[in-house]
Amino acid sequence: MQSAPSLRTTPLHSVHCGLSAKMVDFGGWDMPVQYSGILEEHHAVRRAVGVFDVSHMGEIEIRGPEAAQLTDFVTTNHVARLKTGQAHYSGLLYETGGFVDDILVHKVADDHYFLCVNASNQDKDFEHIRSANRFDAEVENAGPRYSQLAIQGPKALATLQKLTPVDLSAIRYYWFTDGEVAGTPARIAHTGYTGEDGYEIYVPPAEAERIWNLVLDAGAEFGIKPCGLGARNTLRLEAKMALYGHEIDASISPLEADLGWIVKLDKGDFIGRGALVRQKEKGLTRRLIGFEMRGRGIGRDGYEVSIDGVPAGWVTSGSPSPTLCKNIGLCYLPIAHAQPGQAIQILIRNQPVDAVTVETPFYKRAK
Amino acid sequence: MYPENFRYTKEHEWVLAEGDSATVGITDHAQEELGDIVYVDLPKVGSRVEQGKSLGSVESVKAVSDIYSPVSGEVTEVNSTLADSPEKLNEDPHGAAWLVKIRLSATGELQNLMTASDYQTYVGAEK
Repeated sequence: MQSAPSLRTTPLHSVHCGLSAKMVDFGGWDMPVQYSGILEEHHAVRRAVGVFDVSHMGEIEIRGPEAAQLTDFVTTNHVARLKTGQAHYSGLLYETGGFVDDILVHKVADDHYFLCVNASNQDKDFEHIRSANRFDAEVENAGPRYSQLAIQGPKALATLQKLTPVDLSAIRYYWFTDGEVAGTPARIAHTGYTGEDGYEIYVPPAEAERIWNLVLDAGAEFGIKPCGLGARNTLRLEAKMALYGHEIDASISPLEADLGWIVKLDKGDFIGRGALVRQKEKGLTRRLIGFEMRGRGIGRDGYEVSIDGVPAGWVTSGSPSPTLCKNIGLCYLPIAHAQPGQAIQILIRNQPVDAVTVETPFYKRAK
Repeated sequence: MYPENFRYTKEHEWVLAEGDSATVGITDHAQEELGDIVYVDLPKVGSRVEQGKSLGSVESVKAVSDIYSPVSGEVTEVNSTLADSPEKLNEDPHGAAWLVKIRLSATGELQNLMTASDYQTYVGAEK
């Protein structure tokens, strides 16, 4: 299988092709969308364990005496509340309040923050942070120094524990530790993008293939599956996690995206704060809400949503939910209608099909 | 892999003609590319279809794709089992998961389609 020369690849590209993965152009990266099938891979993560190559994701490191101040100034969540070894979800905003990106911020040390960012946004994010840097801090676009694997599912801990002396059960959810995986230095984070328990590990690219194979061996007794971006999408949608370019982009604020919980307006100034304050004062005009199809069909990304025949909004993501055996999705609606229980119609190939707004997340794992 | 007695389209449909009656389906390559299929929309019995025009659609977990009719004519039968078991299209696209039967209005159209070996070369080159 040949990839177009312009596409970027991860160190595991030849491994994916060797596994006969179906490859797609994902934001300029030639990535596996599926191996054995989206449904099978999805169920493996919900019921046992799956492993994803997410080495396309970007990493940005912020270091220096004022690393915390810079990180706090460019993100919406409250960096001062992070303890060393802790991570949180956050937003990188424009002055307008729209998203540059959604990111994970890890506090490595008082003077060192590690950001995990979306693949196709990493260069834009780096420039954005660097241009805002009026602090005593250094910003590094560190993507090439890391490969990232996500090991996700109820058997993720049992799988990864075989490969590391770090006591994984001691890492709380959204905490991380720097240790070793298979004898190689690794950042092991108890995070994920599937709504399932699991870990995301950051390893040197030269070791990625060896560790990938060891993870597959370690998870074999549980029925581990290599999983592609297709299953990653159905899993994150069930858990109502946002995907840049769909639920959020430069024209959408975190308040509209139902992500008010990552915005800490009282923490002090940050880029985009003024716009969010004004938006809050004026009141939101639209908000993200989940829906379930009632009629036959799947409301997909970009489809028009109407209420009583009047255009009202648009679908940001829609898919069959393999776990719930329903067709689910997310859409933007005028604020007055963005409540569970609202009857809506989704225009599927020019036919209005009934759906209803619902509470989210669609799926929440039992703890 | 691809039956010798079928003819194939560039859009990955197959047709098996016997006299003026033809059975139509999508190819193994098509189901492979689509992934897990969750819906199949087919025309009603009695409707007229045209070569190269939309016959219906298949929807996988990821996306919707049109099915193009490989031949022109009248739909005489629809595989109703696919409505409840669309996954059969992933399992047996050249057999039990045929889509529709068509009474041909122009048997000469079959000459426009690919043979099994042509199609094999075509999908080989597409990769």
